[in-house]
Amino acid sequence: MNRFVDLAKNPLLISSVAILALLIIGELVSPGFARGDQVVRLLTVSAILGIAAAGQNLVILGGREGIDLSIGAVISLGAVIAGNVMNGSDAAIPLAFAAACFAGFLIGVVNGLGVTYLRIPPLVMTLGMMGVIQGGLVVLSRGVPSGNAAPALLAFVSRSAFLGVPGILFVWAAIIVLMAFVLKRTRFGWSIYAIGSNENAAILTGLPARRIRVLLYGLAGLFGGFTGVCVIGYTGNSFISVGDQYVLPSVIAVVIGGTSLAGGAGSYTGTALGAIALILLQSVLTTLNLEFWGRQVIFGGTLLLLMLLYGRQARLRV
Amino acid sequence: MIGLAKLGGRTWVVTAAALTVLLVVNALLQPNFLEPSVIQSNLTTFLPLVLVAIGQTYVILGGDIDLSVGAIVALVNVVTVSVIAALGGDGMAVVIGLAAGMGVGAGCGLVNGLIIAGLRFQPIVTTFATSIVFSGLALWVLPQAGLPVPEPYWRTYAGTIAGVPTVYAIYLLAFLIAAFLAARPFMTRLKAVGGLRAAAFQTGLDLGRLRVLAFMLSGLFGAFASLCLTGETASGDPLMGQTLAMSAISAVVLGGTALAGGVGGALGSVLGAWVIGMIGSVIFFAGLPFEYQTLVQGLIILAALAGGVLVTRR
Repeated sequence: MNRFVDLAKNPLLISSVAILALLIIGELVSPGFARGDQVVRLLTVSAILGIAAAGQNLVILGGREGIDLSIGAVISLGAVIAGNVMNGSDAAIPLAFAAACFAGFLIGVVNGLGVTYLRIPPLVMTLGMMGVIQGGLVVLSRGVPSGNAAPALLAFVSRSAFLGVPGILFVWAAIIVLMAFVLKRTRFGWSIYAIGSNENAAILTGLPARRIRVLLYGLAGLFGGFTGVCVIGYTGNSFISVGDQYVLPSVIAVVIGGTSLAGGAGSYTGTALGAIALILLQSVLTTLNLEFWGRQVIFGGTLLLLMLLYGRQARLRV
Repeated sequence: MIGLAKLGGRTWVVTAAALTVLLVVNALLQPNFLEPSVIQSNLTTFLPLVLVAIGQTYVILGGDIDLSVGAIVALVNVVTVSVIAALGGDGMAVVIGLAAGMGVGAGCGLVNGLIIAGLRFQPIVTTFATSIVFSGLALWVLPQAGLPVPEPYWRTYAGTIAGVPTVYAIYLLAFLIAAFLAARPFMTRLKAVGGLRAAAFQTGLDLGRLRVLAFMLSGLFGAFASLCLTGETASGDPLMGQTLAMSAISAVVLGGTALAGGVGGALGSVLGAWVIGMIGSVIFFAGLPFEYQTLVQGLIILAALAGGVLVTRR
């Protein structure tokens, strides 16, 4: 009996069931919703959210109320940098990725230093950083969109690379495998869980908890910058608020993927499924042909329902 | 020296110092800064953030967080404006509209509190989800900005009540409510809940009731802020107040309330909200291009936070 309860509470299973159910509902409402090319298109959108959520996942796993609200601004920054570096030239794509990831990494490290050495709560530190980056972008761009994506980058995100699947999905698959490997099979991965679940114990065993946490925020920034380049590959050109829409959905994807906001427990595989479920839900609601407010209410309500299944905190009564 | 160390032990002292500096800078930049009418107009601009920050303080003291208060502000605004319009816009309609707005605010807070404390949901994601729902409802009530409020509403807000400028009367009322709550056992209990939840539970405190009350206070102060914003804009706007929740959290933290819960108070949050408001006005009057506002504001907030942390460090 208990095994059934455990199984029913497995986040991976819940997300998978939710994804399947949403696909069936979508197909019933609008035939063709679950067709191959449609699914690929939805997965591409999920990939962008999923890659952003990878960084979010790392800082949340690291504990101490870890969260990165600056991720949206970092995505915008990455998109703007990439757009200006490329300016339509294929040859500059590698440089665009490098520059965006490097800028994101630096910002993440500053976040990490503020959180660890200055002991500023992550929520406010990254919120303040969000303001600084957004302000910086406004100053630099004077509010005018600038730069555009190279043709090969657009193709990478939206055209088939192999068997109808665009390149970004292969990259995302590689990231999923890599994250699973690093988190579950490497010393670094285990030390993330260690500092996330009990930092003092981790320090006593000799782990450099602060340095690891700084690195986690740095990686979150790096993933943010990478996402920014993918976003400009999806939209074609960059505007300075393009990343804002990813901030809280990236946290939600992590949570419905079964990672505890308290840190120390969860997996990126769950987060990836959570990102897919989230995008599918939005897409199903769009096909329902409801008014905007109705979609919003159902979207919020469904998120609450999903959390009811497993995003709950421990009971105090023992 | 000991006195200084004692003072330095509190983050809000840094915020108060920052506020003083901002006041001096503003007074130098604006020759008429200290004229009563200018003071009143500045305090009017800061009032909504002050109110939201006071409400947010209680939620944060209890160890939770409320990201939905911006959406509550919008929902209260459209409900109040629509109720007043539907009832014909006379004096009685305005009173019923105000009451309906406060009711909506308290109701939204109640929903947040019941879901988070009752069902043990995580506050960040829950209030994000409820904020989507509240914004959706606001768009349902009033799909587009518009629907003016009757003239007496905004005239009273910009005018006086019994010889006192209305805005000052609202500040006074808010301070009285905050002082009253600070003197009640409720405050001590709430801090216990936020400080060490398991211990608070074991001493027999009714955690659920306290946390729900804190969320209702946040909703009520959000409604209060919304009614003031409505007095300023004099119309309905389903997208009103979107940045208020985040600014209020910054204000609360600047005011020395620990985000982890258990330490702090509403007075500090008022100072924090004023600092955030004053930064905007310094940038404006220093003649910096508008583009720099967000950047400088973000930098100053981070600097103040880092300063506060360095001061409290032992």
